[in-house]
Amino acid sequence: MTMTKGESLAGQAGGTPPRRSHVPGDGTAAAEAIEQARRAMLHEVRSRKRTRIGADALMEALIRQGADTLFSYPGGVILPIYDVLGDYPEIRHILVRHEQGGAHAADGYARASGKVGVCMGTSGPGATNLVTGIATAQLDSVPMVAITGNVPGSLIGKDAFQEIDITGITLPMTKHNYLVRNADDIPRVVAEAFYIAQHGRPGPVHIDLTKDALQQETRAEHPSLEDVIAGLPGFRPNTEGHPRQLKLAAREIAQAKRPLIIAGHGVLIAEAWDELRAFAEKTQIPVAWSLLGIGAMDEEHPLAYGYMGMHGWKHVNRAIQAADLLIAIGMRFDDRVTGSVKTYAPYARIIHVDIDPAEIGKNVAVEVPIVGDAKNVIVGLTKLVHQVEPAARAAYHAQLAEWRRESERSSWHGSGGWKEGVLSADFVVERIGELTDHVATYVADVGQNQMWLARYTKFRRPHSHISSGGLGTMGFAVPAAMGAALGNPAAETWAICGDGGFQMTSQELMTLAVDRIPVKIALLDNKKLGMIRQWQEIVYAGNYHSSHLPGPDFAKLADAYGVPAFRASTPDEVDKAIKAAQAVDGPALIWFEIEQEQNVFPMMPAGKGLSDLIETWGAPEE
Amino acid sequence: MSPDPTTTDPTTTDPATEPTAAPPTAAPPPAAHAAPPPRSLPGSGETRRHILVVLVMDRPGVLNRVASLMRARNFNIDSLSVSRTDKPQISRMTLTLHGDDVAVEQAGKQLYRLIDVLKVQDVTAEQVVEHELALLKVRATDTNRAEVIKIVELFKGRIVDIAPDAVIVEASGTEAEIDSLVALVRGYGIKELVRTGAVVMLRGAGSIEEALKL
Repeated sequence: MTMTKGESLAGQAGGTPPRRSHVPGDGTAAAEAIEQARRAMLHEVRSRKRTRIGADALMEALIRQGADTLFSYPGGVILPIYDVLGDYPEIRHILVRHEQGGAHAADGYARASGKVGVCMGTSGPGATNLVTGIATAQLDSVPMVAITGNVPGSLIGKDAFQEIDITGITLPMTKHNYLVRNADDIPRVVAEAFYIAQHGRPGPVHIDLTKDALQQETRAEHPSLEDVIAGLPGFRPNTEGHPRQLKLAAREIAQAKRPLIIAGHGVLIAEAWDELRAFAEKTQIPVAWSLLGIGAMDEEHPLAYGYMGMHGWKHVNRAIQAADLLIAIGMRFDDRVTGSVKTYAPYARIIHVDIDPAEIGKNVAVEVPIVGDAKNVIVGLTKLVHQVEPAARAAYHAQLAEWRRESERSSWHGSGGWKEGVLSADFVVERIGELTDHVATYVADVGQNQMWLARYTKFRRPHSHISSGGLGTMGFAVPAAMGAALGNPAAETWAICGDGGFQMTSQELMTLAVDRIPVKIALLDNKKLGMIRQWQEIVYAGNYHSSHLPGPDFAKLADAYGVPAFRASTPDEVDKAIKAAQAVDGPALIWFEIEQEQNVFPMMPAGKGLSDLIETWGAPEE
Repeated sequence: MSPDPTTTDPTTTDPATEPTAAPPTAAPPPAAHAAPPPRSLPGSGETRRHILVVLVMDRPGVLNRVASLMRARNFNIDSLSVSRTDKPQISRMTLTLHGDDVAVEQAGKQLYRLIDVLKVQDVTAEQVVEHELALLKVRATDTNRAEVIKIVELFKGRIVDIAPDAVIVEASGTEAEIDSLVALVRGYGIKELVRTGAVVMLRGAGSIEEALKL
């Protein structure tokens, strides 16, 4: 079923049919039926007598940890797992088309559900293909357990077929990793891995299992949580903020005239959005957010000020530069947030709340460090601060509102916007936000599309925005959206990607089609590596080497995979195409042929500060 | 808490409010009276030698984890010595590195992120016994062997092997003491030199290991 240009879909778009889903826990009749079939099968299989091997211990351990979805790709040494996988219908196996897709899917699943994402690949190339996804999770503090097989213990170190020192490779990009050579260790290692992945500052944990460990018979029992904690004496994250530091922070807040909260991913990880809102309301302090902090505050809230940083709103960066107190919660002063540290927030004293002590004082010197879980610290702080009436901050709020009006008016909404009938990307993401009531799960790829999404879509629900922030992994959107759709089946899921990133992992269209995972892909095709082109235009004097990126006929491509495709190349086709895609039961792709040379403004050039934003470039006066 | 009138607000002179020039290369110089002092970067910038004692779980790969982390985070290890302790499963590393106070504190915090690391203590400012062991193979013939032995004795070292053309000297002491011994015998010709790197222990009854809560 292929339709182009959104035609003949007006009828369908009117009444969206109830979404059919076989995702467990979705509550639909289909899901219920499958669940019952699973239980029946479970009963049947478990009565079959056979030896319990390492692979069984692995599957049992995963189930005990609450894993229900496994993104994986088979291979020689993990065949023992695939041999028993059918006996464990509690775990839904998603056969991805590339291990990288599996790792990103586990990442998206974790971010959308708040649970640990699990992915698996075989030894050698299967394992190295997972690496990009593991690194993405590490840089964005996403709880993930990545499982790989390895050659039998006796062959380790012999350069055996498909052998690589994968624990050596993942060592610097995981929170922890394990090489397991004995089946008896599997229950303990899996339990530890899940505990480490989700406690303290979350992150990926990698488990490498030799083939013989998977095949050995084992009677090892699963450890209790107490045993797991006792076995990890070096892992005692501090979650409570120190009372003395909280008092110091409260004093700073009481004295501040132009305070600003800057919220990061930590607020979402700690599920502290309600607490953050209550804190902001009590103190009447506006809230700005980093890329991964999007969703920590409902953007419609009067105290929600906006997205900061390199491509953030000018008024937000201006407020940071003018602030006399920054209350940084669960963010790490990344260079994309601060620009040049020397000119960053020159008038501000800084309160820095983070669960990872290593983040404090790493990039900027701070006046009040608080190590602890964002939720606990915000609750503690809220008790200590005075109630502030809005009137008391009226002048400050008025100044911020004035800057916001100025910034939104002058902000360059894309060089395409001024042309009659030209499709600009900011318009597309704005419409997607509007037509999904701003509560879908929006998964960004990397580059201009990511910045457009962050700036113009307007997010009203926590965890509604998923983006590869730290590593900036192109090709992230489609597989991560696949995982997000399974991790939070109640929310409509959109992948917003450029033509460059899409072509990196488009093979997962097949997974979407086969497993009928209802991801809507908004492909913003400017036939360019847009952000590269923008930098070449502005920083490299228009030397456009390799940023022009011819792509295929994306409608035909999607059609070949059995994914319905729609196409929009003018602004008036946008709504129709979005509604058409929403009406599809299952995955769908919209090919937006956007203005080819639209830039994301404002922009902070590398090495410059937040006060040095470029707002327009070579564009006509308005 | 009273609102701050915008007239006294330093933001009115904030560079952010000044018009920004479009070309990145031609940013206007900040007006001298308006420019706030630059934000200080973390750390004093004064580098000196630090000694860290690191207690770790004795698990496969833990040395690799510590070494890999120090490399990845751009810290330069001067010496590293690892051994077992009296507690089963716990190993002790003594690590010396150069850096300013904040950089070394950051190194410690990053080490704490490793699951196998139990305790990191910077003992630079503490009263410690510091020792390292060195073996030196020094060129020494009948004509000057007595001189070499004299120097070694002054440093409370001892000769552990004698050959017709060389002696092996064993010496222990602080890094500085070994450095000066090496400098003194260098004139005779050092054929080989091996040093263990510093190991340290706090003076007095205090114990880093006993302070561990396991």
